[in-house]
Amino acid sequence: MAKKENLTKAFLSGNEALARGAWESGLKVAAAYPGTPSTEILESLALYPELDVQWSVNEKVAFEVTYGAAVGGVRSLFACKHVGLNVAMDPLMTASYAGVSAGFVVVVCDDPGMHSSQNEQDTRWVGPYAKVPILEPSSPSEAKEFVGQAFEISEKFDTPVIIRMTTRISHTKEDVDLGTRTDIAAKPLVKDWEKYVMVPRNARMRHEVVEKRQEKLVKLSEKSRLNKVELKNPSLGFITSGISYMYLKEQFPDASYLKLGMLYPFCDEKIKNFSKKVKKLCVVEELDLFIEEHVKALGIRKAKFKHPSFQLGELGPATIGDLVAGRPKNEKKLPARPPRLCPGCPHWSVFSVLKKLDLFVAGDIGCYTLGSLPPTSALHTCICMGAGVTFNEGVRRAHPEGKIVGVVGDSTFVHSGITGLINAVYNKAKGIVFILDNSTTAMTGGQNHPATGKTIRNEATKALDLPALCKACGVDNVDVIDPAGALKEFEELVKKRLDENTLSVIIAKHPCKLIK
Amino acid sequence: MKKQTIINITFGGIGGQGIIKASELVGWAALYEGYHVKKSEVHGMAQRGGSVESHVRFGGKIYSPLVGPEQADYLLCFHAEEHPRLKTFLKKDGVDLAGFLEKAQAIIENPRHLNTVLVGVLAAYLPIRNESWQKAMEVVFSPKIIEENRTVFEKGKALVRQ
Repeated sequence: MAKKENLTKAFLSGNEALARGAWESGLKVAAAYPGTPSTEILESLALYPELDVQWSVNEKVAFEVTYGAAVGGVRSLFACKHVGLNVAMDPLMTASYAGVSAGFVVVVCDDPGMHSSQNEQDTRWVGPYAKVPILEPSSPSEAKEFVGQAFEISEKFDTPVIIRMTTRISHTKEDVDLGTRTDIAAKPLVKDWEKYVMVPRNARMRHEVVEKRQEKLVKLSEKSRLNKVELKNPSLGFITSGISYMYLKEQFPDASYLKLGMLYPFCDEKIKNFSKKVKKLCVVEELDLFIEEHVKALGIRKAKFKHPSFQLGELGPATIGDLVAGRPKNEKKLPARPPRLCPGCPHWSVFSVLKKLDLFVAGDIGCYTLGSLPPTSALHTCICMGAGVTFNEGVRRAHPEGKIVGVVGDSTFVHSGITGLINAVYNKAKGIVFILDNSTTAMTGGQNHPATGKTIRNEATKALDLPALCKACGVDNVDVIDPAGALKEFEELVKKRLDENTLSVIIAKHPCKLIK
Repeated sequence: MKKQTIINITFGGIGGQGIIKASELVGWAALYEGYHVKKSEVHGMAQRGGSVESHVRFGGKIYSPLVGPEQADYLLCFHAEEHPRLKTFLKKDGVDLAGFLEKAQAIIENPRHLNTVLVGVLAAYLPIRNESWQKAMEVVFSPKIIEENRTVFEKGKALVRQ
């Protein structure tokens, strides 16, 4: 797609547009772990050769690498899906205190409707929790525009800034105007222990700085054009943000709007003034009652809110009318075809044996989670990244004699399975942990990770040796086998290891069918 | 002002049929034609054989990236079993192009070309000039496969004229 480089306009997804905006704003360092719907942000950034980009081992690492770069003095960006931020919450909470040298933007893509996620958590609550500003675009064009503003806010107010996206913004494509890049020189490295060494003495001082910063950010929120008032017909007014704004504009083009592009901190005066100017006021937001609870706290009694049924799932053109009318959600959708493991997927062989042996299988996050679907029904838990390893241990502690094993993918194992394996060895847990090694991060479309020996740009790097790593952790037995080529031997091996009172890792190695 | 009129298109089928690519091609063509355009679908697990639906809307000013129920001017169906579900998007006087699915399948040798043939069918109905389609194909297809796609695109257009 080389031709795109000479264009003044391009047809970009929210993720691609955000990446473009970050590049134009002088971004230098970016990192992420793949996760739908956020994956394309780093994939797009990797196409700009002047950027230092990486797939990191997990979100905590990605956050720390990029935040370190921002403390070091270059504009940096960390991207993740909503549940990925959970993994990076530890550094985020204290990064809020320590602040930045150059701009630091945290992009979090929520997944209302859970198109490809294990929960529907709403990242907007992280604003008040971590005391950092949150911007929320309504379109790909705004994603591109907001990222530049986020870098400026980050530098001016000495804070990480979150850009909250949702699947519908990340994956919508739109014609987007392209600009040129502004290069920014790295700031000199400074040793400022009171700012960057968060021991209690310094952290107490920084907490004061954070609270004062909050007051300044409220003033910004009040005057910023990110929070835009559109006064048209005063008989109906909406307070809204993100994709909800677009669905409303489509069906209520003549209404008045307070569109919140800066969701946190809130612009209380703007909200109160707007509410006085309209006759009927309606708060419209996807998922949790983030704006609603604040509007209620402001004592705006005329405001109308959504029926509780709308706290679940995505909004859309089919249901927005009911929401505004105060009715419960009434979605008439014919059943869609569910996803499944691809024909010829190497995971089929593993699950056929686990099912035959009637094992309790602690699962993890990846394509292999699809092994839980009937009629295969050969995977029995899926909570979070790495729990295939730790649930083998935990479930066993409830049923020490149970026929229990754990499965985890190669990328997921590197992300957060290794610590669980060390824990199992240390605490004398038994059983089998299967590493389903298809040599890629398959579920998100096939990204490299440390064990593939290739970087985000497909350049060769040192490959992580999984069998050697497992042995070094102290696991009793480490076997590597291709079950697709030797199903009988695989079954015999599993039976043998089950009969032993040991901790075993069986690496079931066969490349994903989708790797080209 | 012809460009103020909004055209809504719903595409649908199952993962692996090239539906996203098809809607991508229409999106770029609308961009080159000077329209404001939005496209939306869901990736993620679609590659695993699940239902895929994609929406393209273009015209003067587009807000919602999704086509609402009974709002599609055109329905492009890639898989017969998905048709009843997709039909709920079609306007009462909308154009259902599902009848071209079998004809399209009959004239291609490579199943990977189904998406481009069907976009050719759709192109015969849309206010987008050939020049914009050609530019869009240059962006969407790699040099290796662009000529074969130009050919099947024309075959798709010809199906409508028959």
